[in-house]
Amino acid sequence: MALSVDSALYRWQRRGDERPSQTLSESTPLLFSGRNKPKLNLNKWRIVFPNNGRQQKDWKQASTFYSGNRMQTTKYTWFTFLPQNLFEQFHRLGNLYFLFLVVLNWFPQVEVFHREITMLPLIVMLLTSMIKDAIEDYRKHRFDKTINFSKTRVYDKEEHAYVEKCWKDVRVGDFVQLQCNETIPADILLLYSSDQNGVCHLETANLDGETNLKQRRVVLGFSSQNALFEPEFFQNTIVCEMPNNDLNKFKGYMEQPNHERIGFNIESLLLRGCTIRNTEAATGIVIYAGHETKAMLNNNGPRYKRSKIERRMNMDIFLCVGLLFVMCLVGAVGHGIWTGNFSEHPPYDIPDENGNFLSPALAGFYMFLTMIILLQILIPISLYVSIELVKLGQVFLIHNDIDLYDEEADLPIQCRALNITEDLGQIQYIFSDKTGTLTENKMVFRRCTVDGIEFSHQENARRLETHKELDLDDEEFSKLQHFTLPPMNTETSATLKQRTMRPLRRCQSARAHFQGHTRNRSLGRRDSNQSQVAFSSTLEKDVAPDSRLLRRVREAALQTENLSPFIHMKTSPSLTDFFLALAICNTVLVSTATEPRQRVTVPPPIKPSGITLDKIHQIFQRLKLASLSQSFSSSQSSSDLGASFSAKNTEEHLAALDCCDNDDNCCTSSRSYELQGKGSTDIGGASLDEVFKSVTNSSLPTDFCYEAESPDEAALVYAAQAYSFTLVSRTPEQVTVRLPQGTLLTFDILYTLGFDSVRKRMSVVVRHPLSKEIVVYTKGADSVIMDLLEDSAKDDISAEKRMKRIKEKTQKHLDYYARDGLRTLCIAKKVLNEDDFLKWANFRREAEAAIDNREELLMETAQHLETKLTLLGATGIEDRLQDGVPDTITALREAGIQIWVLTGDKQETAVNIAYSCKLLKQGDTVFTINTESKETCESLLNLTLEEVRKNYEVEKSQKKFFGIIPTSCSVSEAPSPEFGLVIDGRTLNIIFQGGLEEKFLALTQHCRSVLCCRSTPLQKSMVVKLVRSQLKVMTLSIGDGANDVSMIQAADVGVGISGQEGMQAVMASDFAITRFKHLKKLLLVHGHWCYARLAKMVIYFFYKNVTYVNLLFWYQFFCGFSGSTMIDYWQMIFFNLFFTSMPPLLFGVLDRDVSAETLLGLPELYKNGQNSEIYKLSTFIITMLDAFYQSLICFFVPYLTYKDSDIGVFSFGNPINSISLLTILLHQALEMKTWTLLHVVTMMGSVAFYFIFSLIYNATCVLCNPPTNPYWIMERQLSDPIFYLLCLITPVIALLPRFFIFALQGTFGASLILKAQQLDKLPKEEQNLEIQKLRSGKQTTSGAPVASPASNDDLEQNISHLSVSPFLHPAAAAVSHGHTGSQGLSASEVNPLRKQTLEEGYYFFNRWAEEESTATDLSAGPFSGQYSLVPSRATPSGQDSGKLTKGNVNRGSHRRSVSAVTL
Amino acid sequence: MKNKTSCLPQEAGARPSRCPDNSAFKQQRLPAWKPQLTIATVLSSFFLTGAFCLSVGICLILSANSIREFQINYSDKCSECSKLRENTSNWNKECHCSVNFTLKEDMLGDVFMYYGLQNFYQNHRRYVISRSDAQLLGQNVNIEKSYCAPFTTYQNGTPMAPCGAIANSMFNDTIDLFYNLNSSVVQVPLLKTGNSWWTDKNVKFRNPKSDNLSSAFAGTARPPYWQKPVYLLDEEDERNNGYVNDDFIIWMRVSAFATFRNLYRRVERVKQFVNGLPAGNYTFHISYNFPVTKFKGRKHVILSTVVWSGGSNPFLGIAYVVTGTAATLMGFVITAIHLKLRKKKTYFQK
Repeated sequence: MALSVDSALYRWQRRGDERPSQTLSESTPLLFSGRNKPKLNLNKWRIVFPNNGRQQKDWKQASTFYSGNRMQTTKYTWFTFLPQNLFEQFHRLGNLYFLFLVVLNWFPQVEVFHREITMLPLIVMLLTSMIKDAIEDYRKHRFDKTINFSKTRVYDKEEHAYVEKCWKDVRVGDFVQLQCNETIPADILLLYSSDQNGVCHLETANLDGETNLKQRRVVLGFSSQNALFEPEFFQNTIVCEMPNNDLNKFKGYMEQPNHERIGFNIESLLLRGCTIRNTEAATGIVIYAGHETKAMLNNNGPRYKRSKIERRMNMDIFLCVGLLFVMCLVGAVGHGIWTGNFSEHPPYDIPDENGNFLSPALAGFYMFLTMIILLQILIPISLYVSIELVKLGQVFLIHNDIDLYDEEADLPIQCRALNITEDLGQIQYIFSDKTGTLTENKMVFRRCTVDGIEFSHQENARRLETHKELDLDDEEFSKLQHFTLPPMNTETSATLKQRTMRPLRRCQSARAHFQGHTRNRSLGRRDSNQSQVAFSSTLEKDVAPDSRLLRRVREAALQTENLSPFIHMKTSPSLTDFFLALAICNTVLVSTATEPRQRVTVPPPIKPSGITLDKIHQIFQRLKLASLSQSFSSSQSSSDLGASFSAKNTEEHLAALDCCDNDDNCCTSSRSYELQGKGSTDIGGASLDEVFKSVTNSSLPTDFCYEAESPDEAALVYAAQAYSFTLVSRTPEQVTVRLPQGTLLTFDILYTLGFDSVRKRMSVVVRHPLSKEIVVYTKGADSVIMDLLEDSAKDDISAEKRMKRIKEKTQKHLDYYARDGLRTLCIAKKVLNEDDFLKWANFRREAEAAIDNREELLMETAQHLETKLTLLGATGIEDRLQDGVPDTITALREAGIQIWVLTGDKQETAVNIAYSCKLLKQGDTVFTINTESKETCESLLNLTLEEVRKNYEVEKSQKKFFGIIPTSCSVSEAPSPEFGLVIDGRTLNIIFQGGLEEKFLALTQHCRSVLCCRSTPLQKSMVVKLVRSQLKVMTLSIGDGANDVSMIQAADVGVGISGQEGMQAVMASDFAITRFKHLKKLLLVHGHWCYARLAKMVIYFFYKNVTYVNLLFWYQFFCGFSGSTMIDYWQMIFFNLFFTSMPPLLFGVLDRDVSAETLLGLPELYKNGQNSEIYKLSTFIITMLDAFYQSLICFFVPYLTYKDSDIGVFSFGNPINSISLLTILLHQALEMKTWTLLHVVTMMGSVAFYFIFSLIYNATCVLCNPPTNPYWIMERQLSDPIFYLLCLITPVIALLPRFFIFALQGTFGASLILKAQQLDKLPKEEQNLEIQKLRSGKQTTSGAPVASPASNDDLEQNISHLSVSPFLHPAAAAVSHGHTGSQGLSASEVNPLRKQTLEEGYYFFNRWAEEESTATDLSAGPFSGQYSLVPSRATPSGQDSGKLTKGNVNRGSHRRSVSAVTL
Repeated sequence: MKNKTSCLPQEAGARPSRCPDNSAFKQQRLPAWKPQLTIATVLSSFFLTGAFCLSVGICLILSANSIREFQINYSDKCSECSKLRENTSNWNKECHCSVNFTLKEDMLGDVFMYYGLQNFYQNHRRYVISRSDAQLLGQNVNIEKSYCAPFTTYQNGTPMAPCGAIANSMFNDTIDLFYNLNSSVVQVPLLKTGNSWWTDKNVKFRNPKSDNLSSAFAGTARPPYWQKPVYLLDEEDERNNGYVNDDFIIWMRVSAFATFRNLYRRVERVKQFVNGLPAGNYTFHISYNFPVTKFKGRKHVILSTVVWSGGSNPFLGIAYVVTGTAATLMGFVITAIHLKLRKKKTYFQK
């Protein structure tokens, strides 16, 4: 069964906690004497000497301390297996219990069974686990063996050449030569790469599941680069950190013979288990080997979780222990009294061997122990084994569910935790990540703003919309149609699609498949015929360019083309810069579709352009007029969106003027278009496009695959490509971009300052090929970039004003984007002069070489560079909602699950996503709490809480009032507003620090949903822990990225989404799914089933054991509490082991109380599990009572029947055994809701097996079980009519009450489950109808809005449309106003006085529908009073939201670089 | 619900898809019968059960009523002998006792004679195991290893045959029945063989192989409570002597309860007893050996006939009748509730 991730990594179990011997003493002569090196603390550092004969002695001694590369993940060896395994097994309580019983049974005074018989269960348990362990260990051993004996080429100092060696013989200090596609045998420091740039590419799929290539480079500054590397001459000593499990950190230095140090970091380390790609050969020195490699240290194996049912069960087992104690006590006391009653010893009271009699007290004590042995199965140890088995079956079925299979990724659901399946049915709180979980994490470029001008990309939006198949708002749609765009656009997108599809498929099929986790990457895999899927994959690739922007770009391009290289770059419009930045400022790898995985490093030698510039110019001139008018029309449509776009036209002028600086023609035409208005543009647009297409097509193949670390990078590159700024190749030193006019520009990359979550930005420093200027392109979160902008242009006031205005505009657009649910990025640039750069470069080099706190230094240098930026523009990238998210959320909500979203994203983005995925409804009141001081936070919480409670009271009284009147009257009642809470990371911090958790929780309990934005991974997990521990609820966390790992681990059930962001989340999770929508079936169906099955099975097991054991107990009252049994021991043991074990197991795996369809149709059925309705204390007690009753019946009916007869002990026990078997199985039959052939067979089989076994056993065994001697009993019983009469009547009497109650329940029809079961019987259509009826019935009775679903949807659509356009929205406008205000302030933030003036922020998202309802609802009077309080605080709120991300608190909230987040 | 019928075939050459099988078992869509508690099934099950139980119960009660049984407590009647046996030192003194009784009705058919013991816990744990089946099977085994202790050997090492507490405490009263017909006394002919299970007599119990019984049991001694060795249990019938003695076999099958009866003799249906025991005066002549007073026990002698449904115990019939009544009543209750709720229309109907 492929239950666990079958990656190699998984099997590399760490061998115990073996650490390299830390005792490497300071006195080791080799390391410290003889060389005047500063004393290194060997507990902190590892020293590696090369194994090339030069430092032979040192190497030899040092290498003895370091573990070799032999991998041994097995636990045992041949000799240690038995003792060690036994030792481990006896750590389990159950086994100890059995051992105790065995030992107890060894004493003749208390002996009940044969010694051998008592040992049987123990031996069976031990043997099964032993066999399982042995097999597991053997597999590991075999796996180790293949690994250990795989070959690699290691430098041999004697032969002075590389020779083949087994992995296990690789030692620390060895030089290893690796070929392309070879797996790396140990952690190796890269010293040489065949790549001329010293780069080597790694695929780390085995390690973290990320399939994109990682670059590794030769240790910087290591001399022997160009020449072929000769290990013989390597004289350096390597000092690095001790082995640790951090995959993203590594540092050390290489000391040359002349004591010069060369620093290196993780960039130069090749990790074991990864694969070399795209590099012919690489050579390195082994740093860590074997179990000290990072891959191995990272491997912790699966975790063990205990499910809620099991916890509950353990409690009940304690109850059973109590019961056992009481029963034993009864036996002991009874026996004592019974013995004490005789004045003289009767013949049946036998003295011990010496003829002595026990005193009553002692006899009682012994009897106590005897009874423990006798009644041992009251503690259902077998239950544990059965549960394990059942869960395996359940996991198997979940794993095989085709509905949870993702065709695109070819991944079924992975169940990594085998023992918490039933927890899925009891979830009360879901904590969800946003990006990648609710959304696709497939970034789609949606909008951009350049120079303060918004380009709405209507065409692109429209293209997306049509595919989304969502009902566009009629009005807008018609408008769009009215302003039809020239066919050119649709045509392009169509052709583009066609063009991209073919190579893409090739690209995919050529891709290597990786075990365990093939992912769907941003470059778009297409292997499904479904249009939707096909669409979503090309989605990111082809961006239909905004025609207006496209025109401008081309204009600008032509100008630069005309004049370049003679004109200065500065004069070129920022448009060009903007797109250059998009194309350059990233770490995207380029590969062509025809040669996947081959990076394009050298641009193919081509002529710049096939068409002469003159011709282009000519055409352009001809078409200019037409195209301009077209741009007008599109701008017009976009301005319809918001009122504030009215200011745009002037803006437009400005921009037009900007671009027309060099071209008078342009200006005139731009003036003319205002007069002309709309005109026929079709021909013009098309032919213009044709021209450009011909330009681009002739020059280069356009099928580039971009592999990006984060999807938004790729989206931006594709966006740039859409505007013909095509990223052609990238090497660490150079990046080549093809411009619209077809020229190839090759920039020298001087530095790349990678992204990290603290800085929230990345930069590249390049030298412009034409101007030779040094330019820094930066892109990052708007909150950061905006603060880093150049405060004032020195030269002239008008420019300064312009800059300021652009900034304001951009900020406005950004806010708008955010509210629209787009991810925003700001693009900025900075031109450095040579001196400054050199100064900084020195700085940087120093930092890179540093060993101590290098991270901080690097950060500092980066921050030093990224100042005084010039804003180029901003982009809005859409992270599309995943399929079926709103639907899933609605269903889960209906199922009574509270859903919280914990995200690192911006508040606006998060709130918007929440609306769009129906987490918040338009009518909801949303409280937002952003504050930094404890006092305000507390008062805010109090205030809100009061508010909410007031509302609830009102609601309650209303309900009471309406309770008398039939429900139809309550239509007039306004829909009760529900509450949402939005809180940010800072506030969460205050809540946690200030001890306000209780109030916070009290508030959240009244809220429909809670959104935590800007929260760090730590905060996420803290929230989960808080809710889990304080509210004592079952929690589920779902996320896809490394930043969700802590949250996933904190929850009861962790669900990982194997998506775009690597495997960390999946590795930490209990269940891994591919889409959020799978959660619906996983919880509602599988969760419900697993819970119902297991809960019923557990209860049944308790029942079964108690019933059976009590038979023996009752008999004690008739045998002087002497501990006799009337049932043959073997039959007794087999009873549990074989006769009654299969049906409950089958039941636990296969029973379906309600069909999957009904469960999905009626999510409310989930509440059954949520409230633990099947298995709770009351049901346990009822079951116990029932068990007592049934055992009483099973014992006393035969007893009374055979009373005063000549029945023998075992002849009496036999019918009892048979009867109880029948009763217990029939009881099971009553519980079963589905009977498949399998069920019938096992049920019948169990009975048949019992009788057949008994017959054979009783016929053959004359002497085999000496004292009891059941010979011929069964046969005799079967020829006795009384036996049959008993077998008929006893189960009937025993089960009659239970059946009666079932029947009553069915008649009263109270429970939803029963209704659902009845629904299952109906034909399909009727069933749907009934479900509808039931649901609507529920809604009316609960006083929820009674509008029909369809009209409701319509309403929401309208509302959502309205609220999306922010400039109509009063509240939103207020917010954005606040933002701009704060922006203004923060611009002058140099003033240190302002720092402490932060105030609390508090505002309502006062939604349109909410206003409506308050207007009609008289009872909401107190509300309107409250509103007056709100606006007064709105202004300060703006102030601090500007400061939202100041400081370094928010770590890891950005999705981009997973590796930057350490947990 | 979306119903994916099959996964799309993967491109040729690609690794086999991990798509789960679309089989009914794996997709949990096995054809199943879902029993439902509808009003029809519920009511029919209750009423059918009721009717069935009632009819069976009535049959049982009728047949149990046809049984004639006569029981007499002779440990009270023979109080002198009881007293005598209280003192263990009198173990070898004989004591005889006669008990007269009158049968008012004929006992027709096979008449069985039981001895009954009260308060004798044959089912005591250590008592039950105190035997050696191997020895009883005639095998020459070392009984030291069995559970017979302390009744294995005498102090001098002579093993007991048979060993163990069960055998040791064997019921050893002899009871004879006399029919007083017109002042003449006729001994009722009683069968002392054929009372035990056939398998016991022929499979489980065997005498050690030897020429004659006394030599077979040479080197062993009788259990301490016995008056005579095992090979003298029935001196008249060789095939009823030693371990295969019916009385012994029956005693060795330990009883389930402290109050029990064991089959002692059957009335041989000859002469005037062809149809059973006629009504009239009878006398039990009892040789009183078995002490019961020290554990407050009682001894009975019981005459009983037997029918197909067992002995005189009417319980099973009563149980059937009660259950039948209860089921029928429940059926009525459910009907009532159903009718009442149906009128209210709140009841969920299909």
